[in-house]
Order: sequence, then structure tokens, then C-alpha cells
Amino acid sequence: MTNTIANIDKEEDYFLNLGPQHPSTHGVLRLLVNLRGEVVKDLKPYCGYIHRGIEKMCERNTYPQIIHLTDRLDYLSAHQNNEAVCLLVEKALGVEVSDRVKYIRTIMSELSRIASHLLWWSAFGMDLGALTTFFYGLRDREHILDIFEETTGGRLLQSYNCPGGVMYDIHPNFQKRVKECLVHLKKKLPEYDKLLTGNVIFKNRAIGVGLLSKEDAISFGVTGPSGRGSGFSCDIRKLEPYSAYDKVQFDEIIRTECDSMARYKNRIDEFYQSMSIIEQLIDNIPDGDYQTKMKPIIKLPEGQYYQRVESSRGEFGVFVESRGEKNPYRIKFRSPNLANLSALDHMVRGQKIADLIAIMGSLDLVIPDIDR
Amino acid sequence: MNAIVEYIKEVLGGVKSLLTGLSVTVKYFFSPGEIVTQEYPENRATLKMFDRFRGNVYMIHNEQNQHTCTGCGICEMNCPNGSIEVISKTIVVDDKKKKALDKHIYRMGMCTFCGLCVKSCPSKSLAFGQEFENSVYNRSDLTRILNKPNSTIAIKQ
Ligand code: SF4
Ligand code: SF4
Repeated sequence: MTNTIANIDKEEDYFLNLGPQHPSTHGVLRLLVNLRGEVVKDLKPYCGYIHRGIEKMCERNTYPQIIHLTDRLDYLSAHQNNEAVCLLVEKALGVEVSDRVKYIRTIMSELSRIASHLLWWSAFGMDLGALTTFFYGLRDREHILDIFEETTGGRLLQSYNCPGGVMYDIHPNFQKRVKECLVHLKKKLPEYDKLLTGNVIFKNRAIGVGLLSKEDAISFGVTGPSGRGSGFSCDIRKLEPYSAYDKVQFDEIIRTECDSMARYKNRIDEFYQSMSIIEQLIDNIPDGDYQTKMKPIIKLPEGQYYQRVESSRGEFGVFVESRGEKNPYRIKFRSPNLANLSALDHMVRGQKIADLIAIMGSLDLVIPDIDR
Repeated sequence: MNAIVEYIKEVLGGVKSLLTGLSVTVKYFFSPGEIVTQEYPENRATLKMFDRFRGNVYMIHNEQNQHTCTGCGICEMNCPNGSIEVISKTIVVDDKKKKALDKHIYRMGMCTFCGLCVKSCPSKSLAFGQEFENSVYNRSDLTRILNKPNSTIAIKQ
């Protein structure tokens, strides 16, 4: 705070409080922006408006109970967050889950990724003033949410994973619906390019804006499609394959333009990669148990454990220190959004205030994941 | 001269990109069949949730007002939020004292619909309902007693 105030040295300098209730921050994030005229001098995020103490709450809960709390971190990658905790518990206990579970988890993760990127595309267009995208994106996301609801019972917060497998077997309609959804998406995604990608206004606002060099991306720990837009190879699915990712062919999308457009195009390309992963798996889901029998009370052996997965926004990690109890002694989540937010100040210095919104949109921040 | 040509090219390219976008919206303007909005709440009668939809938790009763809950308290133990409170009583069956369910209290306001209670119940007494309009005027209306008045435990065959 003192640091920021010391930066006021001219009469035309002033502060602007963006948020905590500003629609473009997509949640309760407060940014204290130091401006000279229209140009951003620096920016300070103030977090904590949606802090619920999830990590502390996890310490009093047993491992199966933690799962539903991780839904509420990054609610758009609920499934991947669940998966991280389950993989950690399985790794610590040395439990091997069946191939069926691995396939289901991978398909669900990729569906979540598509749904999340669809919502991001909608909201990003809206941030830049294109309200149409919001309706079109949500229209297509609805198909995926229906698939989730039919199989897991939840549309947004699925709580579908549990240590040792998944809560219920897939619904008989699941495969049919997923295939229909992919056909639908393939038809609609070219429309997205027509609406936004080629649009001259959008291009002018995205190309060359919000530069983040590879070195900076690495030192700030920016991961996910945003980090890969700066040429930083950080896809956990490739680096440390978990679930069924070692059985499928897909490309890690990397661009080196380092601007908002690179981050945008990365996500558009990830649609196609995710769809290809699902296509490779959906017809070959092996038979087997959807759940490995676990003890009614799960106790992790004493020690420290870490598991990371690729969530829709980057690397999501869970650290657990266990003292052999049925609940963790200490748990810590490595959330991708907090790291991505930390780079924002660096990216917007010297840019116009309107570009701040565009850059923030291209980072795809989810606030509950930042505050936890 | 070249600069002017470049400028005109840029303007025309921009207009073309806008028209491409417009062609999509105009297409939907003339084909309203592809529009997917729902007329909620007018469609309440036909709106059906999926079978597995996680709405309110309720206790399954048969036609004779009987449930299968033994009052064991496993659901209470598994609930992460303390939404469930099981109060048991002692009844006398065939001159033998037995534990039975008195009240199964469910506080919907504290429930996060995680599904652990339904999944963990050993006698499959609980299930998720299809209710999704849960707003009430009084917070106490969200606390429910799941076993119906005068219900008894079903005898296992
Ligand atoms: S509902 Fe099921 S778990 Fe809960 S007390 Fe009754 S029998 Fe036990
Ligand atoms: S659904 Fe979860 S939170 Fe709700 S009562 Fe059951 S165990 Fe508790």
C-alpha cells in the first residue's frame, strides 16, 4: 500500500478501485489501479473477499469429505480438482484403480475443460463488448452440463470422484450423448472463429497486447493455456501423465507470440485437442469396476504427498502432510489462478485501462480459486 | 499512394470481417428453430430433472408409511457439514430392547449436496429428490424431519 502511494508524483496521477463488484473481474476481486491519465502505472490485487478457509476446513474433514470442498475452488474445473485429491489418496495408499475408472476420469476431465473454455470464450467476448458470444457459448456449454447432470447428478459441482474410483457408474446414455455433443460442437466451433477470431476489432485489441515473455511466465509460475501462450511448456498431461493420458495421442499447444491473441488461440485449439482425446476413449471404455473397494475409514500413512494435475487453467497441485490420522494434518492447494494473477501487474504496466480488462480476460481468472 | 491503397485494403478487410460475424447472427435471426431458450417458470409442469439429479435429501417410505432406517448414525458421521442429526430411541420388541430411529433431522441450509450420506447409508434409506426450487421465506423451513410422522421401520423379509 505505502509502496503504491509513493508512486503518486504528478497531479494527473490517481487511483481507481476496480471491483470488488466489477463485472469484468468475474467475481469479487479488487484491483487498486494506479493511473496516469489513461495509462496504468501499476496495479495491486487485494484478495480475500471470498476467502472461506477451505484449506483449514479440509483439516477437520476426512479424505472423502475433502472432495466436495475442492469443487468449490475453481468451480469450472471441479472435476480435475476432485481428481487431484483422489489420485493423491490412491498414490499414498498404493491403490491401483481399474482402467474403466481411468477412462471415465479422463473423459470427464476433458469435458470439463471444454465446458470451462466455452464459458471463458463467452465471457472474454463479453469483456470486449461482444455480448453475442456470451449467448452462443452458453448455448453450447449447456450440452456438456446436461451430460454431467445425467451421470453425476451435478451440473457445475459434480463431486463425481471419490478415492478409489468414481461415485456412480456412467449413465447408459453417456456415450451416445457425448458423441452427439461432439458432433454438435464440431458444427458450432467454426462459428466462433467467424464471430470473434477474425473480427477486426477483436484482433486490434488482442494482437500485441499484454505481452508476457517466456522467462516472466516461468518466474511468475503462469501455467495452463496462458503460460503455453508464452512458449512455456507446462502441460502436466504430457509431463507427468496420469489417468489415461498416456494412452491417447494429443498435442501440447504452444505458441510463442506471448500476447492475448496467443492465449486466445491456445484455448480455441485446446477445444479440438480435448475433443480428439474424448473421441479416442469414448468407444473403448473397458469393462470393470467403477470403484475399488476402500476401507470405510481411509487413513493415509505418515508422510508428505504431492499430486498435480492439469486443470482448465493450469497446474493444480495438492500437498498433504499426514500424521497417520483419518484427516490430513495440513493441506495446501497450489492453485493456478493465484500464480496467473500475480503476473497481471507486470503485464499491464504502461497499457491503457481498457486493455487491462482484455488482458485479465485472456488470463481467464476464477476468483474463488485465488482466495480459497 | 501506396499508403492510401493499404489503408483502403485495411478498411475493406475490417468491414468484411464484421460482415462474416454478422452472417452468423443473421442466420440465427431467420431460423428461430435453433434457439434454445426455455420459458421457465411457465414450463414447470413439463420440466423434468435427470434421475440422478441431486436435489433435497429425503427418506424413502413405502405405502404402509414404513422406512428402512435403523438409526445407526452412519450418515451423520459421513456428512462433512453436520447437516444431519440422527436421534435414536429405545423400543421394546418381543421383550427385547432395541435401538430405533426417533428423528432424522436434515438441515438443507447447510447441505452441499455432496451425496456422501445417500451413498454411505447401509440400508439404502436415503435418496435425492428432484426438488430444485428451494427458496423459503423463513430459514427454519429448511430444517426438515425426514422420517414421516408415525412411520415405523419396515421388517426385513
Ligand atoms: S439413514 Fe441410513 S445411515 Fe442414516 S441413520 Fe438411517 S440407516 Fe443409518
Ligand atoms: S448430501 Fe452431503 S452435505 Fe448434504 S446431508 Fe448428505 S452428506 Fe451432508
